[in-house]
Amino acid sequence: MNIVVCVKYVPDATADRHFEADNTVDRVGVDGLLSELDEYAVEQSLQIKEKLGDDSEVTVLTVGPEQATDAVRKALQMGADKGVHVVDDTIAGSDYLATSLVLAEAIKKIDHDLVVCGMASTDASGGVVPAMLAERLGVPQVTMASEVELDGQSVKIRRDGDTATETIEGTLPLVLSVTDQSGEARYPSFKGIMAAKKKPVETWSLADLGVDAGQVGLSAAWTAVESTEARPPRTQGEVVTDEDGSGAKALVEFLASKKFI
Amino acid sequence: MSEILVLVDHVDGAVRKPTYELLTIARRLGEPSAVFIGSDVSSAADNLKAYGAEKIYVVDDAEIKDYLVAPKAEVLAQLVEKTQPGAVLITSSAEGKEIAARLAVKTESGVITDAVDVQAGPVTTQSVFAGNYTVQAKVTKGTPIITVKPNAATPEQTDGAGTQEEFAATISEAAKTAKITASEPRKATGRPELTEAAIVVSGGRGTGGNFEPVEKFADALGAAVGASRAAVDSGWMPHSFQVGQTGKTVSPQLYVANGISGAIQHRAGMQTSKTIIAVNKDEEAPIFELVDFGVVGDLHAVLPAATEEVNQRKG
Repeated sequence: MNIVVCVKYVPDATADRHFEADNTVDRVGVDGLLSELDEYAVEQSLQIKEKLGDDSEVTVLTVGPEQATDAVRKALQMGADKGVHVVDDTIAGSDYLATSLVLAEAIKKIDHDLVVCGMASTDASGGVVPAMLAERLGVPQVTMASEVELDGQSVKIRRDGDTATETIEGTLPLVLSVTDQSGEARYPSFKGIMAAKKKPVETWSLADLGVDAGQVGLSAAWTAVESTEARPPRTQGEVVTDEDGSGAKALVEFLASKKFI
Repeated sequence: MSEILVLVDHVDGAVRKPTYELLTIARRLGEPSAVFIGSDVSSAADNLKAYGAEKIYVVDDAEIKDYLVAPKAEVLAQLVEKTQPGAVLITSSAEGKEIAARLAVKTESGVITDAVDVQAGPVTTQSVFAGNYTVQAKVTKGTPIITVKPNAATPEQTDGAGTQEEFAATISEAAKTAKITASEPRKATGRPELTEAAIVVSGGRGTGGNFEPVEKFADALGAAVGASRAAVDSGWMPHSFQVGQTGKTVSPQLYVANGISGAIQHRAGMQTSKTIIAVNKDEEAPIFELVDFGVVGDLHAVLPAATEEVNQRKG
């Protein structure tokens, strides 16, 4: 079984995430890392490979700036077998549609039976690229899985939706996305970190994918950010220390003063 | 005036509140046309009309309900083709966003997700980077497809014509490949829906697994109950209660965080609440940086006392 796991290199949420003058996200001036939610995708890919116990391969794929190799490297350290990094200046500022187009074209060039994604990125939190990939690749969308079961050519998942818990099934090849409930993601072992250094990582450009520069990047985007504004940080209001019930009294007084009760 | 398509979010015909918010927003942009995909529109029709639907497209879901997302996207794509609307509005649930995503590819349109406001244009407002930035955006190609978060608008009751029109969609075989083989509805909690509630009372690690003080306080305020990731990971509350980056994002009038330290993961899910209160034993807890009011104390003592006081005042 050949598994392609898509990962994203994102700005660290604890760092000062911000926008450039052209209203694109600064992905270069801020420390980045493998999006935490993609770790679960890598984990489930590795578990599938381990359960099959054969010569299955996990290829980690990313589209991102030069620094995005860090995300590929982390996935390789966790146990993925090889990496593909699509990097091209013209891709900067792409919207969901261009991103999914580039990923889809890259996936088509990699021998694959199963595409695995995280539930959403931790920067845009869109959660839409996996569905777009399924649409573009013309394969079943089996997404937002909190539990995954592979049975021959069939993938069965538990999807915990807003109003119901569903069991979804599809036949390979398909796009699978997994949530942070799907199983704890492993930390790279020392052995894994050393082994990763020897694993092959290919670098592809847009031309390698046969994608026209006019289809990607900021100028090709089908949405435009008109403005961004930093919200003033919240200022701390009154904080009291509870002493023999004084805390509860003050709390209720506050609620009353704000007309919540 | 162009039609604005609003996908009706309902459970067996019971329309969920955010749909009324979408109809209200649709009214700003054009003429609201509700799209009802289901087996029986009769219980929903009057409500959709009362909240402004000029038209209600009724799509029978016999071929649709057993397959994940793809068929609904096909229905909407066919309606977009037929009506050439000014925009398509869908609620920002996981399913809603996936439908919007596929619709965007099918109609070669831009898509904006998680709008917290939509004004004429349409121009959207989004709250990004854990609420640290507000972004204004618009779609520049095709039919604007916008997913909207709950609480983005106050639903306004203004009668629309509510004219029903049956729409026979053609569902391709390719859309019927992710089968829903089982479905267990979520049990009603008797409390407001977490993402729609005006007040949310949450519990975290500090509850030690006993959510009773949190739940009783929530009930005194008529609030929804939420949980931090720590509480969910410990198995104390189901994931559907989780507020945070990997759970639900809420923006209620009042958010009360109890025994929650306030890590960025949690803050991402509640930082834009209008008023924030925290109760925590640790005066250094980062959550206190966000609060309009805070109590340094044990929630097991503070909440029951506060609950009693609130109930007494209610009389």
